[in-house]
Amino acid sequence: MDKPENTKTKKLVNKLLIIVIAMFGFGFAMVPLYDVFCDITGLNGKTATEAAQANEGDIDITREIKVQFISQAAKDMPWLFRPEVAEISVRPGETRIIKFYAKNQSSQKMVGQSVPSVAPGRAANYFKKVACFCFEQQTLEGQEEVWMPLKFYIDADIPPDVTTLTLSYTLYDITTKIES
Amino acid sequence: MKSRYLGWPLLGALFFNSAWAESKFNLTQGVTEASREVYDLHMLVLYICTVIGVIVFGAMAWSMFFHRKSKGYVPATFHESTKVELLWTIIPIIILIGMAYPATLTLIDLENNDDSDLTIQVTGSQWKWHYKYFDQDVEFYSSLSTPRAQWDNLSGVGEAKGENYLLEVDNSLVIPINRKVRFLITSDDVIHSWWVPAFAVKQDAIPGFINEAWTNVTEPGTFRGQCAELCGKDHGYMPIVVDALAEDEFDGWLQAQKEAAIAAVEAEKASLAERMTLDELMALGESTYQTACAACHQPNGQGLPPAFPALKGSPIAIGDISKHIDIVVNGVPGTSMQAFGKQLSLKQLAAVITYERNAWGNNTGDLVQTSDVKAATGK
Amino acid sequence: MTTATDAILDHHEHKATGIKRWLFTTNHKDIGSMYLWFAFIMFLLGGSMAMVIRAELFQPGLQLINPDFFNQLTTVHGLIMVFGAVMPAFVGLANWMIPMMIGAPDMALPRLNNWSFWILPFAFSILLMSFFLGGAPNFGWTFYAPLSTTYSNGSTAFFVFAVHIMGISSIMGAINVIVTIINMRAPGMSYMKMPLFVWTFLITAYLLIAVMPVLAGVVTMVLTDTYFGTSFFDASGGGDPVMFQHIFWFFGHPEVYIMILPAFGIVSTTIPAFSRKKLFGYSSMVYATSSIAFLSFIVWAHHMFTTGMPLLGELFFMYCTMLIAVPTGVKIFNWMATMWRGSISFEVPMLFSIAFVILFTIGGFSGLMLAMAPVDFQYHDTYFVVAHFHYVLVTGSIFSIFAAAYYWLPKWTGHMFNERLGKAHFWCSLVSVNLLFFPMHFLGLAGMPRRIPDYALQFADFNMWVSIGGFAFGLSQLIFLAVVIKCIRGGEKAPAKPWDGAEGLEWTVPSPAPYHTFATPPKID
Repeated sequence: MDKPENTKTKKLVNKLLIIVIAMFGFGFAMVPLYDVFCDITGLNGKTATEAAQANEGDIDITREIKVQFISQAAKDMPWLFRPEVAEISVRPGETRIIKFYAKNQSSQKMVGQSVPSVAPGRAANYFKKVACFCFEQQTLEGQEEVWMPLKFYIDADIPPDVTTLTLSYTLYDITTKIES
Repeated sequence: MKSRYLGWPLLGALFFNSAWAESKFNLTQGVTEASREVYDLHMLVLYICTVIGVIVFGAMAWSMFFHRKSKGYVPATFHESTKVELLWTIIPIIILIGMAYPATLTLIDLENNDDSDLTIQVTGSQWKWHYKYFDQDVEFYSSLSTPRAQWDNLSGVGEAKGENYLLEVDNSLVIPINRKVRFLITSDDVIHSWWVPAFAVKQDAIPGFINEAWTNVTEPGTFRGQCAELCGKDHGYMPIVVDALAEDEFDGWLQAQKEAAIAAVEAEKASLAERMTLDELMALGESTYQTACAACHQPNGQGLPPAFPALKGSPIAIGDISKHIDIVVNGVPGTSMQAFGKQLSLKQLAAVITYERNAWGNNTGDLVQTSDVKAATGK
Repeated sequence: MTTATDAILDHHEHKATGIKRWLFTTNHKDIGSMYLWFAFIMFLLGGSMAMVIRAELFQPGLQLINPDFFNQLTTVHGLIMVFGAVMPAFVGLANWMIPMMIGAPDMALPRLNNWSFWILPFAFSILLMSFFLGGAPNFGWTFYAPLSTTYSNGSTAFFVFAVHIMGISSIMGAINVIVTIINMRAPGMSYMKMPLFVWTFLITAYLLIAVMPVLAGVVTMVLTDTYFGTSFFDASGGGDPVMFQHIFWFFGHPEVYIMILPAFGIVSTTIPAFSRKKLFGYSSMVYATSSIAFLSFIVWAHHMFTTGMPLLGELFFMYCTMLIAVPTGVKIFNWMATMWRGSISFEVPMLFSIAFVILFTIGGFSGLMLAMAPVDFQYHDTYFVVAHFHYVLVTGSIFSIFAAAYYWLPKWTGHMFNERLGKAHFWCSLVSVNLLFFPMHFLGLAGMPRRIPDYALQFADFNMWVSIGGFAFGLSQLIFLAVVIKCIRGGEKAPAKPWDGAEGLEWTVPSPAPYHTFATPPKID
């Protein structure tokens, strides 16, 4: 092939390689992009991982929302884990505190991490956690028990068609993850 | 029955539904308003596709017969027409909009999980389901109850297969009819999927997340479904059975369950003082083992190494008792060995551990009592 | 004149012989042949796995294999068919035909071409080795996390490395195709004068370089989640298993269009040839193919309707998926219009092409049904889906590959294939493939899930027919093997253009095509 052909080819190959590398990067960029998208829309039921500001707005006294709490310890997690109450009624804007009980039933010191999930997904963004035990890891000695607080309010902007909101916590054993 | 778009399928329905409905070739109409909406949408799309297919394949067949070289047909020379292209772009778009409208309405209905009368937590794990009636102390595991002898034909012959082969469980989910029942679905390990065709409910069970679904069953009966997401070796062996009862029957059942749960707790406390004989432990232990352990560790105790170790001759089953108890009760993190402390009563745990220590020639002579299990694990 | 030049070049050619020729060849025809043989061998291997699967599913009960091995077979069957049979077959056809169709002497990057091929057997050796090293991948070809990560059987590493290498092969091949088509067309061959076959491969190649890197990304994440403690898809570490599905299907959906667009190109070549009429609506075929390619990027979540997506998401993906039916329909109508008032003959390539149009359309109908999100709740993860994708991939892609093979075998070998045997292959395949896949629609509607080694009794009858169809279809492919081998070894001498209605530069060179063709570019009017 003569010179002009060669340069043309090289240029095109380089352009295409850039696309390849960019798309590889895009694959990884999808991870934070997905998180941002879900953060903004709450679409996968994930709530914020940082504390929200306390509510300064008004309380909407015209409606009540049923808030249900469910909890499960992961399969291999020998802790007891349950909310103090299964269901409450709150008004949007109203701040409440719910306590969760946890007990390390094993004989070893263990570290747990709670992961929250909200249904319906579109309500997740309006569920504001001012203080939550899920923001931190929980260390319990063998047989130790503890009451852990969740302080929250539901943003008054929550769409009117949400009448029930369910918050689920899954408690995972991260003892070995911490150690490594 | 929502009749806003029934005009389309009603025509065909008059002719075909009686023949097609509940035929072994077709989707079930199910037992809820939602499942019937879904069925109607399915029939609508099927009819439209059939009509289009008849037209397209008919035209091709015509062409293949009449425009044959062997018949001496001389080919035309046309090879484009903007008018025709526009026509067969726009008409399909219109047809699609005609389908999208009822589909949207049906989807909006299906996604409306509010205002339910009863909430049930559904948790999938490898390879069974767990049901908990929200805010009631009623919960139980639901595992396949078809005997191994019926499905294990690897060694040649097996028992004759029962009517509900692979679609029967030890504890069905029980729900009331004519009440909106909401399901909160999650998983304990990998992704599963909870599916009951008669309700047109299918939602994935995703570890760490909850999904919602709802149903409102209009007639009593027993409805069967299966796990609908590959979840490991026994994906095909974790069916779903739902008994829909009349409302008062359901209320009675739930009350009986609550009382049974309380009684079980009492029995558990009482069993702490019990001293079972080796024979009693081995008998209970063997049946517990067959239901809860044999799927992985195999009836002969030889397991399926490396994923599922052998218990026959295992240093754990022959060695330190407290370590053996710890593994059975608390599981082994990072492996498939679950924490059976949550699924089995103290008595069953004591029995199954005793069984493992004495079966298949292990013969340790150890007896493990319920109080031993409690002492070792503080359960 | 061109032929004379070619003949002179051939005369001076120092063609290597034996293994060295094949190991080091940079000739597009040699490499094309290797890809095609590799694809066919993989097709038979993946098909054998399907035979074992169907043997187990012949009757209810677990007769032959244990459930874990069953999962390994279904997984590797899928991986082999997608990455080892269909994709390499299309690349093989691209290699053989594109340079000739555009009047170029070879591919733009001949040495890269050799590499792209030879890493494939290497990749598949790694994958297949895993059967003997603790178990092959058993998490489905779609390898959802966390089944493929935290709960894997140890085959994840083999799987990821094999897929990485296959991906590199595809990407390099795609770059080669694009550069060849853009830079090496004979003077006078504008883009809108290229055969549609070339267009579909150009567009497919762009799809490949866009999405194969995303696959590389997601398998890397699976690798690190499994072995290096990351938590992309692990909820306990703040990750999300559903995110895996989003990233995977962002690759996965365009991937299935990668596996069908070349088929559209093939059929757009054979149908005009055997209808003795130009392809109807050439420009709209180009635009339709481009629209399908573009739309393929925004429909991925129709594989995820049951994951708990919010309503708006489901509606968006439902509408976009339904929209793809429009350009696809346009193509089908255009093929029909090509045949309409043509002068049709029914040689074997045409038989496969007509079967393609009809049966792919059936696959398209089930696809449209699947697009309706609320009804998809009933179809998802059942045999209805299995029916759909086997119709579009087997009676779609695979039949088009057969059509292409029969169409160009005379050009490749210099001999006409045995028409009677070819027709026998067609008719046996046609009947058995429908017996094999059509009842799967009913099984899915009746409630049979996918990926299960055993089933409830109400599914028994249809499964028996399906298995019989499967065995028959498998056996029928041996007829094709016989046709190809016989054709290579001898047969009626083929002229430069054995099909009187065929068009294209490849028919201006002798049969078999000389080792080097178009050393000087032809003149295009």
